[in-house]
Amino acid sequence: MSDQSRLGIGSSVVAPLLEVRGVTLQYKTQDHLVTATYRVNFEICPSDRFVLLGPSGCGKSTLLKAVGGFLQPEEGEIRLKGVRVAKPGPDRMMVFQEFDQLLPWKTVKENVTFTLLKSGRLKGKAAEERAMQYIRKVNLVKFADSYPHTLSGGMKQRVAIARAMAMEPDILLMDEPFAALDALTRRKMQDELLQLWEDTRFTVLFVTHSISEAIAVGNRILLLSPHPGQVKAELNSNGRDEVDPKSGLRLSDKIHSLLFAEKVEERGPVHHD
Amino acid sequence: MVREEFVCDPIKDAALGVVEKPLTKWERVYNFGALRKLFIILVLAATWQAYAMWLGKGLLLPTLTATANALWVNVASGELLRRAWFSISVLLMGYGLGVALAGLFTAIAVSSRIGADFLETMTSMLNPLPAIALLPLALIWFGLGNGSMIFVLVHSVLWPVALNAHTGFRSVSNTLRMVGRNAGLRGARYIVSILIPAASGSILSGLKIGWAFAWRTLIAAELVFGATSNSGGLGWFIYVSKNELEIANVFAGLLTIILIGLFVENVIFRNIELMTVKKWGMQN
Repeated sequence: MSDQSRLGIGSSVVAPLLEVRGVTLQYKTQDHLVTATYRVNFEICPSDRFVLLGPSGCGKSTLLKAVGGFLQPEEGEIRLKGVRVAKPGPDRMMVFQEFDQLLPWKTVKENVTFTLLKSGRLKGKAAEERAMQYIRKVNLVKFADSYPHTLSGGMKQRVAIARAMAMEPDILLMDEPFAALDALTRRKMQDELLQLWEDTRFTVLFVTHSISEAIAVGNRILLLSPHPGQVKAELNSNGRDEVDPKSGLRLSDKIHSLLFAEKVEERGPVHHD
Repeated sequence: MVREEFVCDPIKDAALGVVEKPLTKWERVYNFGALRKLFIILVLAATWQAYAMWLGKGLLLPTLTATANALWVNVASGELLRRAWFSISVLLMGYGLGVALAGLFTAIAVSSRIGADFLETMTSMLNPLPAIALLPLALIWFGLGNGSMIFVLVHSVLWPVALNAHTGFRSVSNTLRMVGRNAGLRGARYIVSILIPAASGSILSGLKIGWAFAWRTLIAAELVFGATSNSGGLGWFIYVSKNELEIANVFAGLLTIILIGLFVENVIFRNIELMTVKKWGMQN
């Protein structure tokens, strides 16, 4: 897989799939009105693996929920394929961090067909076949008739991903889906997600607080600084934490210094003339 | 000192010998809760029989054998079964209506804040009021007949069921709610597809409590109220037997009430739980 295809270069001629323009998000707690993000701008192109990365308090999850339609922006707008996002819908399927996102009263197969049936996208046999197709992609065919409480954490997240992908939505929204998993399973799930992307080339907006996960999963990374969340930088990633020849910095170090405003140390030979 | 590294292969399944072995027959039998409890009941029954025989006062405490005999005679004549069925049928009418109303009130409560306020206010005022205390009022309003019984039963069922259902709905996790909205569900479809199954633990709990209140209220009302038309329920049977000093019949009636209660809780409700919340891992 060439670097170019991994980076998504060559897709700039296509119109953006998701546009976020000047979005300010606020929410109410018991006593305060908190501004989560301030005038955030970004664009996502089809087949992008776009990552929102930042420390806690930078509004990345709130931004994801706004794209999902769960809250309305105070300022600015969010458009999917040119249409304003007004309320939640199955064209923007979400995968959450919590394991209890699966319906415990339905089997794995019924969970995956749930949205297909409820949204009216497919009926009966067709829905079942589509569900089994995606259950096969996440290697859970043997567990199709099991109830979620009998599955491990990693398996539950795979079912959630299959459920989201089975709808073949315009964009997949993932809110730190691997954060609650142990580190070994997390690595495995990141690799599996990339394999799924190779297979179907879906578009995903992925939220994480882990720099290494952002570099591994994303082809485009938006850095957000906290309190309130504002765009700090937008970087490319080819999946490898390489040294950038121009600045002499490793990508993870560059991101770390941008996010935490530490002094940047130049690597490589310094010439005194 | 640097220690040498090594790698070894774990032993394959077959060569490990037995990793799982089944429990012994005795362990399996003892695991069976019902058998343990049956043993306790047998001990209690033997104590009762011994004490009653020693006491020798049939009007105060008939022996177990006398009670069993009374039970048998009344079942054989069909009397006890008729009365039990009468009680149960009135109960089912009141219970059914109460649960339906609870469903309606809860649906309203979940859809608007004023609805929730209404339900909470009504429940906190009326839940503490014992249904039997409403019986005199019911008699004035609905006269002598099934109407007042059902009114009283509905009161005893409605508030606990609505309260439990409402609490259950409020406890549904935010993630599940978002999953439902993400799928495009709203309004009645959202309540039926997401809230009701997610709250099934609380709802079942409320239904059990409602049943318990209704059954007790019914027997008490029958004792106080008396018969309607020609027939009467188990409470009436106990009252009449007491008046005729047929104390063994009284005990037989009490035993029937207990048996019906045990059946509903340990067979009906337990099986519903096994098929729903326990199968889904939502309750241990």
